Amino acid sequence: MLEHLPALQVVVPLIAAPLIVLVRNRRFAWLAATAASWACLAIAIGLALRVAEAGTVSYALGSWPPPWGIEYRVDALNAFVLVLVSLVAALVAPYAWTSVAAEVEPDRQYLLYAMYCLCLAGLLGIAITGDAFNIFVFLEISSLSMYVLIALGPQRKALVASYQYLLLGTVGATFYVIGVGLLYLKTGTLNLADMSERLRTVEELRPVLAALAFITVGIGLKLALFPLHQWLPNAYAYSPSMVTAFIAATATKVSVYVLLRFYFTVFDPAPIFERLPTREVFIALSVAAMVVTSLVALFERDVKRLFAYSSVAQIGYITLGIGVDNLASLTGSVVHLLNHGVTKGAIFLLLGGVALRSGAVSMSVGSLAGLGRRMPLTAFGLVIAGFSLIGIPGTAGFITKWYLILGAIDRGLWWLVAVIVATSLIAVAYVWRVVEAAYLRPADEAPAKRAEAPLTMLVPALAMTALCVYFGFETSFSVGGAREAAELLLRGVR
Amino acid sequence: MSQIAAHYSYWITIFLMVAGMYILIARGNLMKKLVGLATLQTSVYLLYIAPGKLIGGTAPIVAEGFATYSNPLPHVLILTAIVVGVATLALGLAIVVRIREAYGSIEEDEILALDRDAADPAD
Repeated sequence: MLEHLPALQVVVPLIAAPLIVLVRNRRFAWLAATAASWACLAIAIGLALRVAEAGTVSYALGSWPPPWGIEYRVDALNAFVLVLVSLVAALVAPYAWTSVAAEVEPDRQYLLYAMYCLCLAGLLGIAITGDAFNIFVFLEISSLSMYVLIALGPQRKALVASYQYLLLGTVGATFYVIGVGLLYLKTGTLNLADMSERLRTVEELRPVLAALAFITVGIGLKLALFPLHQWLPNAYAYSPSMVTAFIAATATKVSVYVLLRFYFTVFDPAPIFERLPTREVFIALSVAAMVVTSLVALFERDVKRLFAYSSVAQIGYITLGIGVDNLASLTGSVVHLLNHGVTKGAIFLLLGGVALRSGAVSMSVGSLAGLGRRMPLTAFGLVIAGFSLIGIPGTAGFITKWYLILGAIDRGLWWLVAVIVATSLIAVAYVWRVVEAAYLRPADEAPAKRAEAPLTMLVPALAMTALCVYFGFETSFSVGGAREAAELLLRGVR
Repeated sequence: MSQIAAHYSYWITIFLMVAGMYILIARGNLMKKLVGLATLQTSVYLLYIAPGKLIGGTAPIVAEGFATYSNPLPHVLILTAIVVGVATLALGLAIVVRIREAYGSIEEDEILALDRDAADPAD
């Protein structure tokens, strides 16, 4: 049983999805989705412990030995990503019951849970597989289910958001598969470890660089790398609350993982970083993301869109680590996958509670007026998660910025330190808009009485908020795991 | 010249790819955009399958008298990609139907205008 953990990681949610569709009962659907999510978390932690103890775990799916068969391969980097995805899933799934009941029509709810399980299976599959084409298949499994999840949103705008994401997401996946095709033509293998070895002996670099370009643009679309982020704000803003929290915390992070995997372990990093202006391009795009989308967030009326734009800026911090390209900055990148995941997850979970109580389909910043009175715990949670978004010491966000700044100083990029601090100040400004509305602005209507979100929603949301603080103090898992992953990336071997 | 002619499958691939991308970007009709998307995906099928075939190659079954074999793996991969493409197209069409029900239009500019009109009175 234990040696089959890598397969079970994907198979458990993958089996849960058709079961849910067959039973067609929303209570069973929720129970199955929650059980599958918790099982995934247990499996992911088990795998992470085994990787920490015995190094890379390789699993030959169907007993076909790699590189011929599909290999599932877990090392320090993807064990970290697996824990992140399943941790978020384990907190979002119990939250879903009340939230989904309020936002989605009763006869469609079981389908939402089925799609959620498929999406979880896809995301975990992308992270765990060691096969380039298998990544494409899982990418499409997670994306297709995500389009459906977004389209289930309460407003009709959700349909348009889903359609736009479908177009751009499919273009992204198609570009990725073109890149993989070129690599396959060049190397004759799809196994990432095998491909990595063969690419180091390739003499004619042009097709390899073309593949690099296709994969970068394709995955860049999926991870919302500036300026390829156009699909993201609407997709986050109009999907059901639980879906926003889940995809904001996991989907883009898993795509970043794919990018890291290809840049540092599959391609030979020497020609990529020495012969092409890769560092400059990533630093330029990341800085643009951090500055431009933070400014957009500053003037956005809709709360969910505000935090969606902030997500694009935060992804800028993650890709900045690739551009700076040293141990400290890559540690910052990898740890920010987790830190930003729990921070944004917490914010969107808390906003889901606000949406439930206000009953409105869209929330402007002004509608948060008086929130500190009406929902004191939720408002307090938003402040804490907001602190983490800014990067105030004692929260998870601070840890990331610390490592990014260390990395930038190490390279002598002092202006970059100034940019990181300046964009944090913009974050202070847009988080302040929310805090100001919640605490200082009186509510328009008659003084509402205290009405927190139901406990089934409040407890997971506050647990996620607590994680923002926990990972700000106790960093042995987050930074420890990220540093090991960064060392592995810089060694360039799988 | 013979170099260009010999690689004709690549030229078809590139043409389909670029044509698909063009339709996707230039057309405002949601159905036509999906046509572009499907064209783009189809070009990838060709990109994978064409190099797998060797002239005079046979199925990869080891037997007397056959020395060149075609690679069957690209076909299997593309079988998967076709399934993915069909699923994407089906979902895309389903969403277009829902958009038509909700907005009464499948022209992108009209839909965006409807959303703008709906947003203004709320201010």
